Amino acid sequence: MIETFFNVEIMRAASPILLQGLWSTILLSLLVVPLGFVGGALLAVLSTVRNPWLRWPLVAWVDFFRAFPPLVLLIFLYAALPFAGIEFGAFGCVAIGFFLNTGAYYGEILRAGIESIPAGQSEAARSTGLSRVQTMAYVVLPQAVRNVLPDLVSNTLEVVKLTSIASVVALPELLFQARQAQSVTYNPTPIVVAAIAYFLLLWPLVRVVSRLENRAIAGRR
Amino acid sequence: MSGWERFADTFLNPAVMAKYLPAVVDGFVLTVWLAVLVVAAGVVAGLGLAVLRSLGVRPLNWLIVFAVDVFRALPPLVIIVLVYFGLPSADVSLSPFAATWLSLTLVLMAFTEEIFWAGITAVPKGQWEAARSTGLSFGKTLGWVVLPQAIRLTIPPLTNRTIAITKGTALGSVIGLSEILSQASSGVSHSFNPSPLTLGAAAYLVLFLPVVIAGRWVETRFAWKR
Repeated sequence: MIETFFNVEIMRAASPILLQGLWSTILLSLLVVPLGFVGGALLAVLSTVRNPWLRWPLVAWVDFFRAFPPLVLLIFLYAALPFAGIEFGAFGCVAIGFFLNTGAYYGEILRAGIESIPAGQSEAARSTGLSRVQTMAYVVLPQAVRNVLPDLVSNTLEVVKLTSIASVVALPELLFQARQAQSVTYNPTPIVVAAIAYFLLLWPLVRVVSRLENRAIAGRR
Repeated sequence: MSGWERFADTFLNPAVMAKYLPAVVDGFVLTVWLAVLVVAAGVVAGLGLAVLRSLGVRPLNWLIVFAVDVFRALPPLVIIVLVYFGLPSADVSLSPFAATWLSLTLVLMAFTEEIFWAGITAVPKGQWEAARSTGLSFGKTLGWVVLPQAIRLTIPPLTNRTIAITKGTALGSVIGLSEILSQASSGVSHSFNPSPLTLGAAAYLVLFLPVVIAGRWVETRFAWKR
């Protein structure tokens, strides 16, 4: 059993490409998390505008990308768009897919945060002479982010985990490298090692999320 | 051909769509089936673990917390790949359907255990003590006093998590489960036309858009009171 799932020799042979994969996963996360967050903040701030011509398309946009499984979106970008002569390459597709998908999620969370701030706050800020933008940036957003912090952190955890779907379009992140190594060695050890690496990377974040969420659920009473 | 006609011929080709519609419908039925089985098993198993945890047996609780953390930290796709490609080396071969079902159920179980447990601990201790002192047993206190209050608190996070997991059924395509995405993808490679993927995308929207909108309604209905 140990020979099969924790084969030391295979671990040694596969460790360079697995490390490479782990590094790519970290870099990819550092790229797509801010990308999605910025997209989400944009959507959330835009949705505070009371114009129905802007509001409803935004709701539709967010619901559309929340209903679409991210893998389906990625495959559509990667396998269908080239038929129309639009090619982004694997990396471009991942970046665009994550921007659209995680942007919608962050947007929905931040919108809920902004709506949790009483209108009196922005009225007071405006009456002291702050501009609309200043009110949003210095008064509303900081409080909004704090109110929805558990959801934001939990979504970030999900986004980092989601980077594993980039393996499907052959982006050489951790899971892809592990599967390559597995198919060369006919041994599941590389996948087991990759799973352990994901666990060690994300366990601290899981603990933080679970603590924040417990507090949030307890606070609802 | 005008630009629009060329676009329609490429992405909305009626002949190709008609040919692959039955396959996508088959995939749709399989996806719904899988999602129902995952949600049923995952929620029940999660509730079971949370109840087990409320018994307060130390070593057992450590085990539960660790298992929950593992399945929350690992990407579902990694679990699916591990179950499907790894287990055969231990002489356990699962079909793509069983492997996807097992993996997603374990993930949902971990999340629901965490949510139910948070709900149970949110019910004040006095409720337990009062119920026990009126002569209710531990089981009756849990079932009639604590859980009804706990479950109400947990409905919004539970709904969100359940929706997220059912979308994970698309991950089964990676191990050759013939659900919507893989039916659509193989349609594309057979016909050299992306219309089957358009069809697949539409199928996902038909399936999940109502769910997402219903989730939104549930969230406002049980809105957080601050």
